[in-house]
Amino acid sequence: MTAPMLEIRNLRKFFPIRNAFGRHTGDVRAVDDVSFSIERGAVYGLAGESGSGKSTIARMIMGLETPTSGEILIDGESIASSFGTRAHGKKVQMVFQNPGSSLNPRRTVGQSVAVPLDAHGHPAKDRARRISELLDMVQLPPNFAERFPHELSGGQKQRVAIARALAVAPKLVVLDEPTSALDVSVQARVIDLLVDLGRKLDLTFLFISHDLSLMRNFAGRVGILYRGKIVETGPTADVFVNPQHDYTRLLLASVPVISAEEEAMRPKIPLIDGEIPTAEKLIEIRALNTKNSFNEEQPG
Amino acid sequence: MSETLLSVRDLSVEFSTYGRTNKVLHNVSLDVPAHSQVALVGESGSGKTVTMKAIMGLLREPPARITSGRILYDGADLLTMPAAERLKLRGTAMSMVFQDPMSSLNPVFTIGDQMGTILKYADKRLGRGRGRSERMARVHEVLEQVRMRDPERVTQSYPIQLSGGMRQRILIAMALLSEPKLLIADEPGTALDVTTQAQILKLLKDLVEARGLALLMITHNLGVVRETSNHVYVMNKGVVVEQGPTSQIFDAPKDDYTRGLIAAVPRLTGGMRFGQAEVTR
Amino acid sequence: MAEFETVPIEPMRLSNSYQNWYRFSRNPTAVIGAVIVIISILAAILAPYITPYPEHVGAVVNFRARHLPPSGEYWFGTDNVGRDIFTRVIFGARISLLLALVVLGTAVPVGTVLGLLAGYFGGWTETIIMRLTDIALAIPPLVMALAVAAVLSPDLINSMLAIAALWWTWHTRLIYSITRQLRGQEFVEAAETLGASKFHILFREILPNCVSAIAVKTSLDCGFVILVGASLSFLGLGIQPPTPDLGTMVSQGSAFLPDFWWESILPGFAILFIALGFNLLGDGLRDLFDVQEVR
Repeated sequence: MTAPMLEIRNLRKFFPIRNAFGRHTGDVRAVDDVSFSIERGAVYGLAGESGSGKSTIARMIMGLETPTSGEILIDGESIASSFGTRAHGKKVQMVFQNPGSSLNPRRTVGQSVAVPLDAHGHPAKDRARRISELLDMVQLPPNFAERFPHELSGGQKQRVAIARALAVAPKLVVLDEPTSALDVSVQARVIDLLVDLGRKLDLTFLFISHDLSLMRNFAGRVGILYRGKIVETGPTADVFVNPQHDYTRLLLASVPVISAEEEAMRPKIPLIDGEIPTAEKLIEIRALNTKNSFNEEQPG
Repeated sequence: MSETLLSVRDLSVEFSTYGRTNKVLHNVSLDVPAHSQVALVGESGSGKTVTMKAIMGLLREPPARITSGRILYDGADLLTMPAAERLKLRGTAMSMVFQDPMSSLNPVFTIGDQMGTILKYADKRLGRGRGRSERMARVHEVLEQVRMRDPERVTQSYPIQLSGGMRQRILIAMALLSEPKLLIADEPGTALDVTTQAQILKLLKDLVEARGLALLMITHNLGVVRETSNHVYVMNKGVVVEQGPTSQIFDAPKDDYTRGLIAAVPRLTGGMRFGQAEVTR
Repeated sequence: MAEFETVPIEPMRLSNSYQNWYRFSRNPTAVIGAVIVIISILAAILAPYITPYPEHVGAVVNFRARHLPPSGEYWFGTDNVGRDIFTRVIFGARISLLLALVVLGTAVPVGTVLGLLAGYFGGWTETIIMRLTDIALAIPPLVMALAVAAVLSPDLINSMLAIAALWWTWHTRLIYSITRQLRGQEFVEAAETLGASKFHILFREILPNCVSAIAVKTSLDCGFVILVGASLSFLGLGIQPPTPDLGTMVSQGSAFLPDFWWESILPGFAILFIALGFNLLGDGLRDLFDVQEVR
C-alpha cells in the first residue's frame, strides 16, 4: 500500500494576539488540529467559508506559512525538511483563486509561465518549446505567449495559471477556488481541463472551494471546515446526502440551486426570528438542547 | 396588480475606446411590473451591468453613448427628462443596492452619518423639511426593518467594525430610506459567504414581499435567480436572448444559450460529466 | 451541451503601444510638456550649431555692445560685458539639463534599489534603510550644498553631488511603499511558490510594476532639480564664470534691474520654461498611468 500523496496530521496554526504592550493575550486559532489524507490520483475537497482556515491550510502546504504544530507529508516525506526550498516547488504547486491578480500584469504570458522554468534551471534553449508545449496542454495557441494578462479573458488567464503550475511537473496540485472568479460556462471548461490533465499526468488534487455544487461533481471525498476544524468528512455523495453536523446542514441549505430535485435533497433549517440562523447559533442551540430534537419549521 | 413600473424599450448603447466604437447593447427591452421580482441574468460581458447603469443614470457618456431607446418609469421617459427631475427619482422612486459592501461604504464616516446624509439630500431634493432627530428616527426604523439587532450601536460604528453581512444589510437599508417603489439589486451577496448570502437573499425577498416593492435583480447566478424571482430575462452579448416566468425558463428553456447556461451549472445532486468520464474517485 | 468558446480575442486587439500613444496624444498637458522638453533637450544638444554667437560662452568682452536691449541682432539683448544673452541661455540650459541627468541618474537607481530591498525584506533591512532615509530627509538640500561648498569648493560638480546625496531618499520612500503593497499580491506569492529567486522577484516581478510611478516622479523631479540647481548658482555655489549658467545669469543680471531687465528676467524665463515643461510632462504621464491602473 503506497503512502498517500498528501497527509496532514494534527495540523495547527495559531496567530498570537498581542495587546498594545505587546503582551501575548491569546491566539487566533486559524487551523485547529486538522487531519486528513489524499490518495494518489484522487480529488479531495475542502469546503469552508471565510475564516474557516482553508486558505491557511493551503498556504502551509505550499510553504508560505509555517505550522505551529503538526505534520504535512507529501508522498510520504515531511515537508519540514524541504520547507522554503526550490525542491518543494517540484512536489506541489498551487493554482490561485483570482486569475486577475495571480499573473503579473506587467509580464507577458510567456514570461509568467517561464518563471518556474527559470527557477528550476530548465535549459534556456528548450524554454520556448516547453512554453509552447504547456500552452498547448491547456488548449491555448502558442502565440498567446506574447500577450499580456489584461488582453485575456478570465478563463484564459486561469488556463495560463494552470500551465504555469504544471511547468515543473508537480504531483500534487492545490486548487484554491480556481473557478470562483469565472463565469459558469467558462468554469465547466476549466474543470474539464483539470480532470483531463489530472488523468493524463496522474495528478492529485486538493480542491478548496465554497461552491458545494461544484464540489459534489469534482471531488470524490470532502472535508467540511468550520473555524479551523474539520467538522465532517467522508465520500462526497455520503456527506451531501446524509449530513451529520449542523454546519454541514446549514451550508447545504444555503446553496442556491436550480432544480426541484436539488431542493428536495437540501436539509431544512429551522428559522429563528424569521431569519436563517448563523452557524454559531445552531451549534449553540445543539449544545443546549439535550434532547437533540428541534422544532422543525419550514424555511422560507 | 400588473401595471408596469419600469419599462426599458429598445435600448441600444455603444462604447468608444481608443477611437473605435463597440455596440454593447442591442435593442434591449424589459419590463418590471409593480410588486414583481424580475431577474436580469447573464455572464460577464452580457450587458446586464450596462443596462442597470443606464436605468439608474450611472452611465458615463462619454465613453458610453445611448444611441436609441427609452427608459420609462411610471410612463415618463428617464432619458429625455430634465436632469433635476431625474435626480429626484433617484433614491426615492427607485433605489439601488450596490454589490460590494466593502467598497460601497465610506470608511471614514459612521453609518449613522452616512445614512443621515443620504436622507438629508433626498429630503432636499423632494423639498421635505425634516430635522435631524426625525431623520435619525427614520434611520433607526429602516435598520430595524433589515433585522439589525442593535441599531443604536450600528449607527455609531464605522464600516470597518462591522461584518460583511451587516454591511450588506446596511446597503439594503440605505436603499430603503426614502421608500422607493423599485429596488435594483446588483449581484447581492456575491461578495459574501454562502451562508451569509442565503440570509441576505431571504431578507431581501421578505422585505420586497412585505412592503410590496418591485425588485430588479442583476446577477450571474442562476440558483439565486430561481430562488428570488418570478420573471427572468437572459442576456448574452448585449441582447436579451430569452425571457419568461422563472419556472418556464428553468423547466423548458427555448434558447440554445439559455439551455447551455443551465446545463453548465453543477448540480448538488451530482452526476455531471467532466472531462472524458464521470469522477468516481 | 452548447459549445462555449475559448477562442483567442482577435482581431480588434490594439497593441499596448498604440493604446498608450492614443491616450497620451489626447492629453493636452502631456503633449505640451513633451514638446517643451523635446525642444529644450534638442536646443541643449545642438547648442553650438543653433546659437548665433557660440564664442560668447567664453571669456569674450565687447564693451561697445554692452547692455543692449533685445533686437534682431541680439535676440535676448546683451549683458554687462557685451555677450549675447540668447546664446548664453541656450548653453546655460545645457548645464541645467546635465545637472538633472547626473543627479537623477544616480539618485533614481540608488533610491529604487534601496526601496525595493526595504519594502520586500522588511525586518532589519527595512528598519535600517528607512531610518537612514528619514535622517537624510531631514537635511534641506540647499543647506547641504552650502556645507559641501564650504568644505570643498564652490563648484558645479560638488553641488550636484550634494543634491544627489539627498535626492535618492524620495525615490526610496516611493518605491518602498509600492513594494510593500505589491509584496502581498498573488503574483508575487505565486512567484515565491514557483521557486523564483529573490533577485527575480525584486527586479522582474515587482520592479516592472513600479515603472510608471518612477517615470512620473522622475519627470517631475527634473523640474525641481533644475530649480534647485539654479538656486544654488544664484547663491554663487554653481559653476563659476565665465561659463554661462542660468541661475548665475539671473543673479548677476539682477544688479541691473529694472533698467536692463532682460539680463535677469529672460534667463529666469528660460528656467521657468524648462521646469514647466517637465512638470507638465510629469502630470501628463501621471494622468496616463492613473487611467491604466483603474483598468
